[in-house]
Amino acid sequence: MSEETNKIKLKVYRTNYNKEESPHYDEFDVSVKRWTTVLDALLDAKSYSDSSLGIRYSCRMASCGSCGMKINGRPRLACYTKISELNDQTIVCDPLPNFPRIRDLVTDFTEFFAHHKKIEPYIHNEKVPIDVAKKDDLVEFKQTPEDVDKYLQFSYCIKCGLCYSACPTVATDTKFPGPQALSQAYRYTADNRDSGESTRFNIVDERHGIWRCHFAGSCSNVCPKGVDPALGIQLLKGHLIGITKNDKKIATLRSKEE
Amino acid sequence: MGIKPNSENNSSTGDDIRLKSGREGLMGWLNPTRYGWERVSYWLQRLTGVGLLIYFIGHIYETSSLVNGINAWNSMLELTQTTGGHIFLLLVIGASTFHTVNGLRLIFTESGIGIGRPGRPDYPYDATSLNYKQKSGIWVALLLATIAMLYGGMVMFGDVT
Repeated sequence: MSEETNKIKLKVYRTNYNKEESPHYDEFDVSVKRWTTVLDALLDAKSYSDSSLGIRYSCRMASCGSCGMKINGRPRLACYTKISELNDQTIVCDPLPNFPRIRDLVTDFTEFFAHHKKIEPYIHNEKVPIDVAKKDDLVEFKQTPEDVDKYLQFSYCIKCGLCYSACPTVATDTKFPGPQALSQAYRYTADNRDSGESTRFNIVDERHGIWRCHFAGSCSNVCPKGVDPALGIQLLKGHLIGITKNDKKIATLRSKEE
Repeated sequence: MGIKPNSENNSSTGDDIRLKSGREGLMGWLNPTRYGWERVSYWLQRLTGVGLLIYFIGHIYETSSLVNGINAWNSMLELTQTTGGHIFLLLVIGASTFHTVNGLRLIFTESGIGIGRPGRPDYPYDATSLNYKQKSGIWVALLLATIAMLYGGMVMFGDVT
């Protein structure tokens, strides 16, 4: 069975700051089918029209978070956006807003990852030995499925940066950690293996910290993995001011005999 | 070889890769479209907040004219008795109503109340926090602001006293 083929116009933001090239759009005519994604179309243009087109991608299945870009005015993953669902004959691709631009559609994530690193995104627990000399020294936590459900959705973050580029606070405040980092702060706060709550509260509770978020909800609106960063941030605020319950009991370690 | 952001210009030295800041700045929040009702509410809350602050400063200036006598006060009041003055007051009524009601909604949502609980996300990944329960607060704020402006308009331009 043959599938209907359409012709669309792909407008791609082009620039190369190393060559003093001024920003402009290049247009490519691409044949697409019902299932063609924006990434497929960009790779088609790169293969058959202009091999110098700068794009970053890897998994092609919304798992690596590499191909984030602004597509028809909204931050989206190119591999996860089908052209047919955009209902437009012209597809405009821009680099992700709020990220430094390197070339064409490729942006620099250094600052974004620095914000993520700053909130110490790993389990803090003094009861667990960090240095494991022998295999027998390995321990594990006892955690129920209900305990896991409290943070699981936030752990699905693929660090694609779409929430960061949609956030109106990030647009004006360079020191604001952004929705990704703040929701990860909540992810570890909600995890009952972690006891580093006060450490993280001190990190996010500062002048350019969590209180700069005013629940515009744009981060959750664009998140391709259902992480819902806005939910995590508001719940974290609730914990900080003591309104929402934080009845977390730190998980115990499973003994060797168990 | 390293990557060095340079938001001021495109210059760099040595083997650094040149970058250009892509930060949206004020334009980032001045455009309320594309991201749903919460973004519209964020935009309106800021605009009405700034507007009301300007009004508040003007209001202090207006009432301070009392110290210059009744004539100064009356001439200041006349400014609001024009069509332009009435339209300005209508905007103040709408802005203050929206800002108050939406502000109440934000007090709850930003405290983690009414935005749902975390759970296992399922495709198509509708965000729990963008639920209709808290979203209806925006619509109520807009509705009440419209009603307040209509009533204010009837008092100022019509026969209602």
